[in-house]
Amino acid sequence: MHRRFLTFATAALTAAALTACTAGKESAPALGTQSKPSGSASLPATALELWHGFSAPAEVKAFEDAIAGFRQKFPQITVKLVKGVQDDQITQAVRGGKAPDVASSFTTDNVAQWCKSGTFQDLTQVIRQDGIDLSVLPEASRSYTEFEGRRCVMPLLADAYGLYYNKALMKGSQPPKTLSELTELTKKLTVRDADGTIKVAGFIPSFEYYENTASHLAPMVGAKWYNPDGTSAIGSDPAWKQLLRWQKELVDWYGYDKLDKFRKSLGQEWSADHPFYKGKVAMVLDGEWRNAMIANEAGSLDYGTAPLPVADDKPELYGSGFTAGTVIGVPKGAKNPQAAWELVKYLTTDTTALVTLSNALRNVPTTKASLESPDLKKDENFQTFIDIFGHPKTSTVPSSVNSSFNQEAIQEFMHQWEKGSVKDLDAGLAGVDKRVNDKLKLSGG
Amino acid sequence: MSITHAAPPRRWRGEGRKALLWMSPWLIGFAVFFVYPLAATVYFSFHRYDLFTLEFVGLDNYRYFFHDDRAWISIRNTLWLVVFMVPAQVLFGLAVAQLLTRLKAGAGFFRTVFYLPSLVPLVAGTVSFVFLMNPSGPLNQIIDLFGITAPDWFGDKDWAKPGLTLLAMWGIGNTMMIFLAALLDVPKHLYEAAAIDGAGGWRQFRSITLPTISPVLMFSTVTGVIYALQYFTQAMIASRVAAGVTDSPGSAFVPGYPELSTLTLPQWLFHAGFRDFSMGYACVLALLLFAASMIFTLVLLRRFRAFTDDEGGSR
Repeated sequence: MHRRFLTFATAALTAAALTACTAGKESAPALGTQSKPSGSASLPATALELWHGFSAPAEVKAFEDAIAGFRQKFPQITVKLVKGVQDDQITQAVRGGKAPDVASSFTTDNVAQWCKSGTFQDLTQVIRQDGIDLSVLPEASRSYTEFEGRRCVMPLLADAYGLYYNKALMKGSQPPKTLSELTELTKKLTVRDADGTIKVAGFIPSFEYYENTASHLAPMVGAKWYNPDGTSAIGSDPAWKQLLRWQKELVDWYGYDKLDKFRKSLGQEWSADHPFYKGKVAMVLDGEWRNAMIANEAGSLDYGTAPLPVADDKPELYGSGFTAGTVIGVPKGAKNPQAAWELVKYLTTDTTALVTLSNALRNVPTTKASLESPDLKKDENFQTFIDIFGHPKTSTVPSSVNSSFNQEAIQEFMHQWEKGSVKDLDAGLAGVDKRVNDKLKLSGG
Repeated sequence: MSITHAAPPRRWRGEGRKALLWMSPWLIGFAVFFVYPLAATVYFSFHRYDLFTLEFVGLDNYRYFFHDDRAWISIRNTLWLVVFMVPAQVLFGLAVAQLLTRLKAGAGFFRTVFYLPSLVPLVAGTVSFVFLMNPSGPLNQIIDLFGITAPDWFGDKDWAKPGLTLLAMWGIGNTMMIFLAALLDVPKHLYEAAAIDGAGGWRQFRSITLPTISPVLMFSTVTGVIYALQYFTQAMIASRVAAGVTDSPGSAFVPGYPELSTLTLPQWLFHAGFRDFSMGYACVLALLLFAASMIFTLVLLRRFRAFTDDEGGSR
């Protein structure tokens, strides 16, 4: 009897110890459970900690400047900024019961998982309480900040992707509007040595080249990621095949080995040796932030920007592109959730804050008012990305609990395809579907 | 017929309790830092666990493993490192140490030179090494001088693992120092006696040096194998630097660049747990890694015991 009791007690204690660590700690009331404060002065004096991913001195200063307005509005609230924080640090902090009051992330890949698991608090109720009209945000921005009806983060600043072209290398040609025009112009602008070695590339179609990722290229052909039930649509949507076949034709025209050798000879994406600055590539796919980098690193470069070319049979897509961006929210277990929400609300809806951040970081501000603000610094090249961001067909990678995994799965397949290792495109894409769907099952989707 | 055991005398039971009491700090540490994590890993491997919510899924995580191509690729890559990188590292460390014992002048200088790379932080060392070996880097320029077309070390799937092996050999400082101490400890009179008997250099090395330093050799090999099974940082950093990846929105990083050739099991485990939030599945991979480490260690210990017995001395 004594031995049985000991065995039972040991098993019970072990089970309790194992399961106890699965529940995250929550030390403060959740957002929306308290009554709404009547005004800014009604919030008690408190100190907030905000974690963000920016690390360059200019970026950190921009964040400080953007928060200055909040400090004026809520003098009783002090805000401490913690720079250079990555997503896994946020997850671990929440898991360990040491969550900051506010946290932001550069990418949108973890939003679905954060919403699903409750890592970030649902903002729906406080948004409703404060009468915030989310229709001022483009649909894509709304979609990458929520998952299954749970809005757990807000968009802070956005990125949009388009085409940069070197005016001198273009020799008067207009930027291409369709994929066949892009192919034609690429062939015209490419310069080779007698032995076929590439000296200047019109456009590098390699999926391994800098920003030529599946997610950035998919909007060019309107390719879908998921079926309505969350399973992969990559194998069944003909748009992916259209993109891959167009790409392979251009890679083969260059010759894979020659293109690969040329690609590997180019400078780093984040250095002043970027091949676009050096006139080695005439057209590149890139984000709006490249404008700021060009101004800093290659001020004399004569360049233009345009929307990405689209599939020949889908001209209605022209002007759209890929968008995603920085997100910000109130983690589970935040010590001062109501004050934290005020800070999130200020940073994501206050026009002055958004314009200050945008002007400093040269990212696209997310609300309609900030986009139309006379204080927003715009030039022709930046305007291109504002237009892409606002285009009704502009899209993003829809939220999924396996967002990173799924993008990696197609990306990995694209590398194989580009090399010529894939003999049967349909079977290969079906294999990608299988990987994505198997993982979805494992994740309980 | 039933067998009855006599109860131990009261005096022995009292001493047993005392022994347990004295051992309790170790027992508590063992339970907290070994038994509990292991039991938790087994427990979570039967669950869908995203770090916050827990759901029992039976053997689903184990079934997924058998269909997960990336897990098998990562196992193959890890085994490659065990089979090629560990011997290369041990043999190179031993060869350098042996050479240093023969040096008459400048021994201190060369010991320092060979030891220095092991002081360089892993990340910094890996980044430097990838740049050093990039297609137009200094190493390839030197190789080109001999009329040999240098490989694209970290950009070609056939050369990425040999590249990592070279990196491991560059950092053999610690292994080399242990071997050096062991070699200097071999009694000189054994060599003198062997030389009188007409034994050559190789025979002396095989019959005197190797058996004498075999415990150190075993230690280096076993720790090398365990290290190779847990190989993570260098592979992760080298692939990221060589791929030139970004963390900008929509830029998912495919680990194991190029073409999964540097994807090791610990990397895939980390990816499953902390990037994909499939902690239950990561526990399956962790258990596999634990089992592999145990098996390799036991096999090596048995092999070494057999080797030392063959050489006529059991240690």
